[in-house]
Amino acid sequence: MADKKFKNPLSLQIDPGLFEKATDEEKAQQVTMRESVSFMRDAMRRLRKNRIAMLSLVIIVLIALIAFIVPEFYPYTYTKQDVTAQNLAPFRYSAKEQMKIDKGQSVFPHIMGTDNLGRDYAIRVIYGTRISLLVGIFSALIVVVIGIIYGSISGYFGGKVDMVMMRIVDIIYSLPDVLIVILLSVAIKDWVATSKSALIARLGAGMVSIFVVFGLLYWVSMARQVRGQILSIKEQEYVLASKAIGAGPARIIRKHMIPNCVSVIIIIAAMQIPSAIFTESFLSFLGLGVSIPMPSLGSLASDARTALRSYPYQLIFPALAIFLIVLSFNLLGNGLRDAFDPKLRN
Amino acid sequence: MNARFLSYLVKRLLMALLTIFLVIAITFFVMHAIPASPFSSEKAKSDAVIAALEAKYGFDKPVVVQFWNYLKNIAHGDFGLSTGWIGNTVIDLILGGFSYSARIGFTAGFLAIIFGVVLGSVAALRRGKFLDKLIQVTTTALVSMPSFVMATILLLVFALQLNWFPSLGNQPGGLFLPVVSLMLYPMAYVTKLQRSSMLDVLGQDYIRTARAKGVRNSRVIFKHALKNTLTPVITYAGPMMAYILTGSMVVENIFSVPGLGRLFTNSMLRTDYMMIMGVTIFLATMIILMNFIGDILYKVVDPRIDLG
Repeated sequence: MADKKFKNPLSLQIDPGLFEKATDEEKAQQVTMRESVSFMRDAMRRLRKNRIAMLSLVIIVLIALIAFIVPEFYPYTYTKQDVTAQNLAPFRYSAKEQMKIDKGQSVFPHIMGTDNLGRDYAIRVIYGTRISLLVGIFSALIVVVIGIIYGSISGYFGGKVDMVMMRIVDIIYSLPDVLIVILLSVAIKDWVATSKSALIARLGAGMVSIFVVFGLLYWVSMARQVRGQILSIKEQEYVLASKAIGAGPARIIRKHMIPNCVSVIIIIAAMQIPSAIFTESFLSFLGLGVSIPMPSLGSLASDARTALRSYPYQLIFPALAIFLIVLSFNLLGNGLRDAFDPKLRN
Repeated sequence: MNARFLSYLVKRLLMALLTIFLVIAITFFVMHAIPASPFSSEKAKSDAVIAALEAKYGFDKPVVVQFWNYLKNIAHGDFGLSTGWIGNTVIDLILGGFSYSARIGFTAGFLAIIFGVVLGSVAALRRGKFLDKLIQVTTTALVSMPSFVMATILLLVFALQLNWFPSLGNQPGGLFLPVVSLMLYPMAYVTKLQRSSMLDVLGQDYIRTARAKGVRNSRVIFKHALKNTLTPVITYAGPMMAYILTGSMVVENIFSVPGLGRLFTNSMLRTDYMMIMGVTIFLATMIILMNFIGDILYKVVDPRIDLG
């Protein structure tokens, strides 16, 4: 260096002129924080690798598409009765329909046969599936909303508030839920039958009471988990560390609380769906579910019992549908748990 | 039995009693919120007759007084008179039905735990092998099948098509299919619990120590591992009871077993409110007590668990 300012070469004095400002690009190289989306991306990558879970997801999407789109252009409706076409086996035609075919007209086949009132069975099973999916999704929604609000309030405030709120949760948790669903649906059956509201009348006693009971009882496990997460995250060293380097509450909530709760929320919501579908079909089987003539997979299976020996297919189709739906949701739930559970991450 | 355990026991018992009281209150007030009188739905009766009947069953007093009386009566084991089966007391009908339901339910529960523990342990010990995969696929399928689907399919295949078993529960051998249809779901659940708990225990240090000092494999499994794997299964006893008791409602209807579940569904059809209340409270008490026993056993068998 030509313009040496300091005489002593061993001097520790620094010459500011030798430094230059870092460019933005060079600054960016120093940022070690991962992108904020990477948690979700990470989980989704793991989920995509899980072939069973992805297959279940595809099946659920297919079933949902069939349940919500097919009735729009299907030639039969779930209410239309045809006394000449009672209890037809799958792909059979009634005498009247056979005559039409002989004349050269086309008749849409009864893919799953018809029931004892001559209604097309396929469209009834599809409508039942639609009911099951709706019940599952809405119940999960109720549980998610109430559980998160309750759990995060309890976890955030802690202390006495938390103790009282968790005692309430303990009591609700030990109530026998299915019995209370049954009790409520018995009690509100009359009220639903005479209700002015078209929506309530269409839903039926069982559905209304399922939603009421999910709102009253089923959110407790979600609330417990969310509270537990928030309590434990509050105490974590990495939260303390980020506070120490000057992170505000907004950053802690965004970077630590939400990503850690999201996994629990997704896992429990996914587990909630099959359990709601189970409960709805159980109630419909007991005759407490949707109102006639609206079909549900449970009530279809129940009706099939009267002529089980002669028309076993009337049991097989709804049974298969409910099995497939619950199985797919269970497997997807397992996949989501494996993908999102931070404890299993490696 | 130390003081800490005793205080836990008392706390847990008070909790159970409070829950039972809440169930009674919910049941009572929900049933009383129904506008219709249980007698008005029947054939034409004069107002005087209905009033007389209501006075007889105590329906004319204020609700709070009725609730107090109902509580007092329950404490004496008196659940009132059935209006659906005239001339019978609710408690007699419940006990009559329960003798059937208990036989099916306890057999199913017992078998579910035995088979579940064995299958789960086998799956864990053969981890990753064909047998493990087979057991896992089967249990996953079984927990996706509601009890009524299971029961109707068993009825269709084994009673109606193959004629191996009678289709009615009151015939000899008729309780076999109801028991099987009730036990499969809890069995699959116990299998899953037992598998993961066994895998967990087998990875513990004390198992490695036992193996390192040359203990035989069978002795490691039965003496060291099995005892420590059973705690999750014990906590499932309460929920299993709940599943079996509610499941018996559909299963008893499907196989025409004159048990408590069938009684319950029939009392709904006959709008027998005293009966509905009685059975709900009875079943709920059973479930809550089972949960209580499960929780206590859990602490007894595993002293490591903190008695919070």
